[in-house]
Formats: sequence, structure tokens, C-alpha cells
Amino acid sequence: MQARGLRSAIAVAAVAVMAAGAAGCAASDREEGGEGTASGGTFVFAGAGDPKNFDPIFNDDGESFRPVRQMFETLVTHKPGTADVVGGLAESWEHDAAGKVWTFKLRKDVKFHDGTPFNAAAVCYNFDRWYNMKGAAAQSQMLYYQDVFGGFATNEAESAGKSIYEKCEAKDDGTAVVSLNVYKGAFPGAFALTSLSIASPEALKKYDADKVTQSGDSFEYSAFANTNPVGTGPFTFGGWDKAKNEITLNRYADYWGDKAKVDKVIIKVIKDETTRKQELRAGTVQGIDFPAPADRKALETEGFQVLNRPAFNILYLGINQKNNPKLADLRVRQAIAYALNREQLVQTKAPGGSSVASQFMPDTVLGYAPDAQKYEFNPEKAKQLLKDAGAEGLTLNFYYPPDVSRPYMPNPQEIFTVLANDLQGVGIKVNGVPRPWNGGFKDDVQQFGKHDLHILGWTGDYNDPGNFVGTFFGRAKAEFGDEKLTDMFAAITAADATVDEAGKKAAWEQVNRDIASKWLPAIPIWHAPPAIVVTKDVKGLVASPLTAEEFNTVTVSAS
Amino acid sequence: MLRVIVRRLLQLVVTLIALTALIFIWLRNLPGGPVDALLGERATPERRELLTKALGYDQPILVQYGKFMQRMLTGDFGNSIRTGDSVVEVLGRSFPATVELALAAMIIAVGLGIPLGYLAARHRGRTLDNLTVGGTLLGISIPIFFLGYLLKDVFTQNIHWFPPSGRISTGLDNTNVTGFFVLDGLLTREFDASADALWHLILPAVTLATIPLAVIVRITRASVLDVLNEDFIRTAEAKGLRHQTVRGRHVLRNALLPVVTTIGLQTGALLAGAVLTEKVYNWGGLGTLITDSITGSRDYPVLQALILVAALVFIVVNLLVDLSYAVIDPRVRVR
Repeated sequence: MQARGLRSAIAVAAVAVMAAGAAGCAASDREEGGEGTASGGTFVFAGAGDPKNFDPIFNDDGESFRPVRQMFETLVTHKPGTADVVGGLAESWEHDAAGKVWTFKLRKDVKFHDGTPFNAAAVCYNFDRWYNMKGAAAQSQMLYYQDVFGGFATNEAESAGKSIYEKCEAKDDGTAVVSLNVYKGAFPGAFALTSLSIASPEALKKYDADKVTQSGDSFEYSAFANTNPVGTGPFTFGGWDKAKNEITLNRYADYWGDKAKVDKVIIKVIKDETTRKQELRAGTVQGIDFPAPADRKALETEGFQVLNRPAFNILYLGINQKNNPKLADLRVRQAIAYALNREQLVQTKAPGGSSVASQFMPDTVLGYAPDAQKYEFNPEKAKQLLKDAGAEGLTLNFYYPPDVSRPYMPNPQEIFTVLANDLQGVGIKVNGVPRPWNGGFKDDVQQFGKHDLHILGWTGDYNDPGNFVGTFFGRAKAEFGDEKLTDMFAAITAADATVDEAGKKAAWEQVNRDIASKWLPAIPIWHAPPAIVVTKDVKGLVASPLTAEEFNTVTVSAS
Repeated sequence: MLRVIVRRLLQLVVTLIALTALIFIWLRNLPGGPVDALLGERATPERRELLTKALGYDQPILVQYGKFMQRMLTGDFGNSIRTGDSVVEVLGRSFPATVELALAAMIIAVGLGIPLGYLAARHRGRTLDNLTVGGTLLGISIPIFFLGYLLKDVFTQNIHWFPPSGRISTGLDNTNVTGFFVLDGLLTREFDASADALWHLILPAVTLATIPLAVIVRITRASVLDVLNEDFIRTAEAKGLRHQTVRGRHVLRNALLPVVTTIGLQTGALLAGAVLTEKVYNWGGLGTLITDSITGSRDYPVLQALILVAALVFIVVNLLVDLSYAVIDPRVRVR
């Protein structure tokens, strides 16, 4: 019996039960009548977790961003399939010589989903809203805002710094001028952050968007964030049925750009990876994210499209110089680098299309230095360096999180095993310390620096060297025990503050060269392209290196 | 009887208060926590400080516990750290899903278990008995998550009889009245939705029912065999009572007492089984919620409420089992 037949049999049984006595006593919410419009179909994508809410500014994770990106847009965005910055809601932009005043020329005839116009006043309303946000609960949820702008008009945390945001002026409907008090290399890339999407001021006011209240030891978000998000994107919010784990987005007929080709997008939250694959195979979802490297080949063989995103991430071996004094010696860190057979690791354990990393950012980011020192696998040289440093018979505690899979680190246990073998090959004794990701690993490594070695990584948020190198090594961190590397912090700060493009490129290239040869606070391992998988009847999906796919280009043909 | 109920209710209150303290302190002493879970790789000292302060984790644990108890006594369990939804709302949404699944599993387990156990006992040593005993051994031995994935693989990937996961088909426009999808479809006359929900329910319910079914069969069989050897059965048969009367009125009724105890215990155990079954089938009930809250965002408010609800259900079910003895066995009432 096929599914349809079985289902019919169940339907008959259900009706029989009904006829036997369960009288209809509740009203159906279904709309009567036909659809009325030509159908572009529905694209069902399996999400791996619940979104937090739909207010862009209070979100910072991929599962929340996936629906948010379909509904909201930013001033600048990325060329599809690349990390190159192009116009978004702003057609063009420029900054003054000091890089502090940014003038955006906005698109005309753009309307928010609630029918209100998008204009410079709306842009400034959003910037002012972020800057003036009050309350520890709200501020604590604005991670990307803090990343980019620093503090707020009134800081709730004593350690938060002064904001670099000064003001936003609407010169006219089509011109917004954002003034900062300091140049920051993150711009214009950071204006493309999904968190900094422009929302409808009317909706923000109407649904009390700034109201984030603390309830016990958790937060309660506004009606805007939960049920009434209003942006300018190609899809409008259709609802989040939490009993069914489904988020529905409807095609926005008045969208200014390429209108969505499907009528509806449903993001079905399926937290178990095996189940996501089974749903894909059953045809009940048409797309899944981040397949395990071992599954990619099988999925391709079965006829699914496995779309590799250009790698925009880094996996590194971190070295903590604090606990074991030998690790403060550059020669020992170089010996570790020479001991690792990264080429073989990439071939055996990395997802297809991965490459050995020689720097802490992909080569598509400005400031990549092709001539930076590389550490080819050379165990003899590693042994010699250890001998020169008097570090023979070194014993190191190697922390890794066996229970997690990240886009840059799909199989931590296997990566650890291979790296530990390589290190043991040059006489370094390794004590493996497996710690749960959220049950000790991040605390022990990032906060307390209990380790000697660890594996961790990062996926870029926007195309800027500061978002990679600056994030890791811009200041002293317990993760690296590197407070003595003050030259490194100063060089990164200077590179980040360089305004002219050529100077900025040269400064970052030098930083990358020096990190590889002079400082070596960690060892870059690989860049791994995370994949997104869709069924063969899905066309038009462009894989994004920033995992920021837009679904308006997607079509689903009837199979 | 009233004294028994009052005493059990008082025990319930004391147990729950002790549990709240245990859960509260234990959760907060685990390594990691919501701050780490929420910040991920992007944790900086400033962000940690702000979030710790915003969540109130910078206060002494006894102060935190005092505030928690104060709120809880007014029915405020707080909000989910992850989504900000009220915990009561989150539980209200997940509870019907688990109850629907557990109820279906129990219907299968009891509906098949008692007759099978009885028949096996009546045909002791014969093929039916051997098959039943062998089958129950397999049912008890097989890990639930393995069985779940096995059934899914066979019935959703190889022969496409059932859907791989979820409670209802994606995009189906069903009206939610009680949260019990099968029932809602009947109440609103959306029969396709009811059938669809039933279609989704079958595999998870069978998976979850396996262990209680095996246990109920074995207990019923053993209990019926015991009763069949009792003197009063021989006496009843010697007095010329019809077989049907002896079996129905004397054998089954007397054999049911340990079976009912088992059913009560198994109902509590179903919650544990539901955790695995719901994970395998992406069911979206309390089981899914508990694993997400522990492994995902370390959602303290949801976890605290969940453990309390699980304890409450277990205690109430066992109270009901105790009370049911009085119905089944008149001697209990006399005592």
C-alpha cells in the first residue's frame, strides 16, 4: 500500500470515528474559496533550529537570520554568490576623506510591507533607535551593533566603550548621512550585516519594538519581534506556527526588485540532522543546510544538488602561551606548525572543496598576503626547532569539543585525532581534553584559558580583514594568552584605522605576514566550503559564502 | 481513602519544593550556561558582563532562588531564554504533543498487551506463548532510538508508507483548538487534517509503545498464570461455573492488579521514552523541548518547569494507580 492509499484508509477511519459520535463543536479557521492567484508554488526549507525572533537588531545567529533576510534588507548588500559589497537599499554611497561621514543615496519607490515609504527619515530612525536603545536586556541582545558601533547613548555595561555613532541626518528623502566620530575599516561591509537591516518606523512604533523586558532570568520581546516584523524584502511575514515548527513567508507583490518566484516559503524547523536528510529524501522538504562531509557524495549520487558555498571561514589550532612557558617561545609554536600535515588532513577530513589555510582569512578578503610565510609539513624541522628551544618531551593539554559540528569544523573529534597524531610524531605528548561545547569548552578556552592547544574557528560576517584577523588578535585574549604581543595589537589597530584603500591593503598584508612569521599566536588549518543541498526540481538558488541565501530567485518545478 | 489522597497531595508539595531547589542549584552549577550558549564564538568580556547582568546571574544563587520561588508561587515561570516565549505557553504547546503520543502508545501497549499476555498464559508452552515471550524479549531489549531509526528507514525511506517526521504535513492548513491534532481535526470537521495527524502519529506511537507493550504482556502472562493456579479458580471450576465466567470474573480481574501497577509505572517511563522517540521523529513535544533546552541554549526557565511538570505527572499518575486499586480490588476499599 502506498502512502496515499494508507492515508485515505486513515481518513476513512477518522471519518468513521467522527460519525460514531465526535460531534463537530469547534470552528475551522480555514479560508473558504480558491486561491485566486496563479501559483508559483511553495519552497520548503528545513531549518536546524528555532529562530529567536524576527527583529533583526536583536539577532545574531544563522537560524534567526534565515527568515529575517527574506523579509528585511540592508543599505548595502553582497553580490549574489560572493562577499563583494554592492548596493542594497542604497544605490550608492561615499565617505569623506576622514572616513567619518557616510552619505547614502537611497533607492526610490521602495515601500515597507505595511505600505509606508522607505526614505532617509526611515533610515535615520533605525540608526537612532539602535543608538538610543535602553535597558540591559535590550542592549545585551544587540551583539552586532556593539561589534560595529561599540557603545550606546547610555551604556548599561560599565565595560562597554564609547559609541562611534554620532548622528544620522536625512538631507532629503533620498539622501541619508551617517556620521561617526572615528573611521572604522569594517565599513562599508558592516552596513550589510543582517542585524543592521532597516525596519518600518511605523511598525516599530506601533508594535513597541524597543520593549525588551526581563522576566525572571530571561527576556520577553515585543509584538514587532514576534508577530509583526515589517521590512522591505521580497517576502512578508506569514506566521510562525510553533506547534508545527513552521515559519511561513509570503511573496511581497510590491517588492521593488526581483519579485519572488514562489508564492510562499516555509521554513520547517527540524533539529535532528538525520531527520532533515530523511525529509529531503521523502520530498517533504526541498532544501537542507550544512550536510555532514561524509554525506555529500551520497546525496549527490542520489540526485540532489549539493551547492558548495565559497569558503568564507577559517579553522585554526589555537595556542595558549600562558600555561606552558615553552609555548611563549616562537620556535616552539613554529615547530607545532611544521609538525602538522595539513594537506593530508584537508584531503581526508575536510569537506570537498576545502583548502589548506596559510592565513586567518580567505584570499578573497582585502589584505591577504600571498607571500606570507607558509609552514609546509616538515617533521624533521619541527624536531630541530623543539631541540633548539629546549622543549623536547613537551606535554600539552589539547582541548576540543567532540559534541558539536560547525560549518568550519564538521567533525572535531576526527580533526583532534589527526592533529594529535601529527604532534606525537615529533615527540610532543598530547593529553586530549574533550569538553562539551556548551558545557565547558567555550568557558575553559575563551574565558579561563585552561588549555595549551585547542581547535576553533569562525565564519566571516562581512568582507573585511578586521572581521577575521581583528576579531582573533586585535587585543589580548585568554584564548591565546598573548598579552605580550603588544606590537600585534598596535599593528592591527593601525591597519583598521587606515582610510585609503591602497594603504589599508598594504597595512593588512603586513599584519598577515607578521602574524605568520613574527607572532604566530595560532596556526591556520583550513577554509572549508559549507554546502547547502536542494532537490533537483529547485532552480535559481545562489549559494552565498556568507550563508546568506535569498529565496526570491528560487523556483520549484512540479515533479 | 480521603486521608490517602490528602497524604499523597502533601507528599507531592514537599517533593516539588525539594525538586525546585535541587534543579535550580544543579543547573546553575553545570559548566557552561545560557550566556555561553547565546554568545557562541562571539563572546567578549563586555558581552558576557552585559548578558550576565541582564539575566541576573551576577546575583548570589540564594537570591536568584528566592526570586524564582517568589515568581513561581504566583504562577510565573518566566520566559524561554532562547525565544522569549512565556514558559507556560511553551509547555502548553508541547504538552498536548507528548500526551497525544503517549496516549496513542499506551492504547497500543494496553490494547494489545493485556489480550496477548492473557492468551500466552492460557496457551502456556505452545507456539503462541513461545512467540509472544520471544517477541517481548526482543521488544524490551531493542533500544528505542535504534528501533525508531529502523522503522523510519524501512517505512519512510524504502517503502513510503509514513512521513519521516513531524505531527502534520508541512503547509497543511489545520485549525489548532486543543493542541491534540487528531482530535482538533474531528472537532473542526477538518477530517483530512485529522487523518494526516493520525498518519504522522502511527510510527512514533508504535516506537514508543514497544517497551511498555512488552512489559505489559509479560506481567499479564505471569499474573494470569499465578491466578490460574489459585485454589479459588479450581473451586469455581469444580462448582461448575462456565469457563467464560471464571476467566472474565475471576482470572482476569484478579490478575489485573499488578498489571495496573505496571501500566502506571510505564506511563511515567513513557516520558523518558518520549525524549528519544520525539527526537527521532522531530515530534515537538516535551521530549524535544527537554533535549533542546539542555543541549541547545541551556534554557534554565524551560528546564526547571519541564522537570517539575514531569515529576508532577509521574506522581499524579501513580496516585491515580493507587486509587484504581480500590476499583479493581474490593479488599483495598475494606482496608
